[in-house]
Amino acid sequence: MRTLEQTTQEILELATKHFKAAPGSLKAEDDFYKTLGIDSLQTLELLSRLENHFHIELPDYEVQGVSDFKTLAERVQSRL
Amino acid sequence: MLDLSKYSSIGEAVRDALETWPREVCLYESDRGEEKQRITYREFGARALPLAKWLQDTGFRAGDRASIIMTNQSKWLISAYAIFFCGGTLVPLDYKLKPEEQWTLIKHSGASVLITEYPVWRQLSVSSERAGAAKVGTVLVTEAPANADLAGATRWEAAQGASQPLLVPRKRDDLACIVYSSGTGGTPKGCMMTHGNYLEQCVALTSLYPFWPGVKYLSILPTNHAIDFMVGFFGPFTCGAAVVHLRTLRPEYVREAFTKYQITYVSLVPLVLKNLQKGLQARFDELPPVKRRLFERLRDVNKALTQHRPLLPLSRLLLKQVHAGFGGKLEAIIVGGAFTEPQTLQFFYDLGIPVANGYGLTEAGTAVTVNDLRPFRADTVGKPLPGMEVRILNPDEDGIGQVSVRSKTVMAGYLNEPELTAQTIVDGWLMTGDMGRFDATGHLQLFGRKKNMIVTEEGKNVYAEDVEQAFEGLPVKEFCVFAANYIWPSRSMVGEQLVLVIHLEPGKPLTEELRKEISARNNRLINYKRIHGVVLYDDDFPLTASLKIIRVALAERLGKHSREQAILPV
Repeated sequence: MRTLEQTTQEILELATKHFKAAPGSLKAEDDFYKTLGIDSLQTLELLSRLENHFHIELPDYEVQGVSDFKTLAERVQSRL
Repeated sequence: MLDLSKYSSIGEAVRDALETWPREVCLYESDRGEEKQRITYREFGARALPLAKWLQDTGFRAGDRASIIMTNQSKWLISAYAIFFCGGTLVPLDYKLKPEEQWTLIKHSGASVLITEYPVWRQLSVSSERAGAAKVGTVLVTEAPANADLAGATRWEAAQGASQPLLVPRKRDDLACIVYSSGTGGTPKGCMMTHGNYLEQCVALTSLYPFWPGVKYLSILPTNHAIDFMVGFFGPFTCGAAVVHLRTLRPEYVREAFTKYQITYVSLVPLVLKNLQKGLQARFDELPPVKRRLFERLRDVNKALTQHRPLLPLSRLLLKQVHAGFGGKLEAIIVGGAFTEPQTLQFFYDLGIPVANGYGLTEAGTAVTVNDLRPFRADTVGKPLPGMEVRILNPDEDGIGQVSVRSKTVMAGYLNEPELTAQTIVDGWLMTGDMGRFDATGHLQLFGRKKNMIVTEEGKNVYAEDVEQAFEGLPVKEFCVFAANYIWPSRSMVGEQLVLVIHLEPGKPLTEELRKEISARNNRLINYKRIHGVVLYDDDFPLTASLKIIRVALAERLGKHSREQAILPV
């Protein structure tokens, strides 16, 4: 079982790759709307990536109102 | 289509629709590409009536209010029909709001019943704001897991009355819905919509964009939004058409739904339409040079042939692959909720995909003008719909003035806000706060806003005053939030921004610490509500006798400075 730190790290790596951000430029506390300059639709795209990676089902409502990687990681962790 | 002139309420009309097309499918529901259910009109009635009976048995009476907070799904519409059947007033709320915001609006609406989904209820039930909502006596929760703690709620699936309920008649002037166009932070703007408003709007819209049995409407915009309520529920139901709901709105499943269900209509906000454009353009750019030239030639031919009106069968033939990607049966994309840039509209029209853009607001009963596509005019928002009187007030030398509307679709007023209502509806004319003019062919063109608000590309209305709460307690003498265009009038409807105006304590500079504080508070706001910059003002704000800021006067003073120099980044 992954720790929350591991989950967070993996999410940051996935987001870096998916949104083509500079390696190491994303942090857990980052507001991803702002740091990545993405919109709500693009965050939905990221969800599918997370589902495939973690082999979980992540309903859209789980990320309602979530805008930072840390909270996102907690939501993912609760479903692992 | 049902002859809606015969009806006086939504409930009556839907009841007759269920009897008119019993075997037609009215709802498809799909989750992650897998169809979970399809429901006929007869089955729809069979699911809604026991719920209506249960509500009646619990004392829910004509005029009582019931709120729905759900994602787009069959139980949303089934519950809505049950409420209308009982003669109730529906309060549809956005499932994306925060629990505290939802409770604020539930309390404001006076709802005694709440119908919601388990994940939403999980958050609502533990919110501290629940405390003052004693009036909400009944909470129905859908899809709760077997062993879930319902925190005082009842399972929606178990809310079944035993005998046949009786339809409670309503008059056209009676309230059908209270729709919040904004106001989770400031003054809640609960638009009181009558049954007559919806019946008239439905007739007007379907005269241009008809539904019929076999039509499949893809419901993506939240159903609490006036557009989806009309074209994703009432409109199709009065015509025997079907609505497709997706439980996951991720792009890949939305794309798949078009081809799988051969969608006829879909409504999108400009943001999604632009994303779609980007995706298509990227695919065109990837074509090998020869194919690309061929595609561009075909697009040019299509453009020339559809100059005066759409010719869908021809466009589908010429640009087969593009249309196949949309399922091959798409009649039009309805775009609404915010202003759409002309070049995006033109992009789709050139591909033979008509985009029904228009102009409307909840207060006017959704659409006021819609492009009739004869010919397509990307630079306008179309002509007034039948039954809409549209006037330009106090036009300037360019013919631009405030758009005002008179029609049977205009709301009865704002709930509990007689003053605001009197300012908004003057002598029967709705003051939209939007600036526009008519061109020589009777098409409306929009040129900015008079209101202190912005509309985002996601179709979110954000009133400047609603955002102020986030900055309460800032260590400054006084502050307020403005739409930048309210201070510096602009004729553009895109890229609207909010700014925070601050009057620092005497002798104190704008410190790095204060900047950080503003930035931290700003980041706590949901992305579309965030301010774009700070404007410093070094005089006392003009105030009324009751110490309210006179915003018009302050904006006028601020407007004397250059916009570029005044706005400091956060």
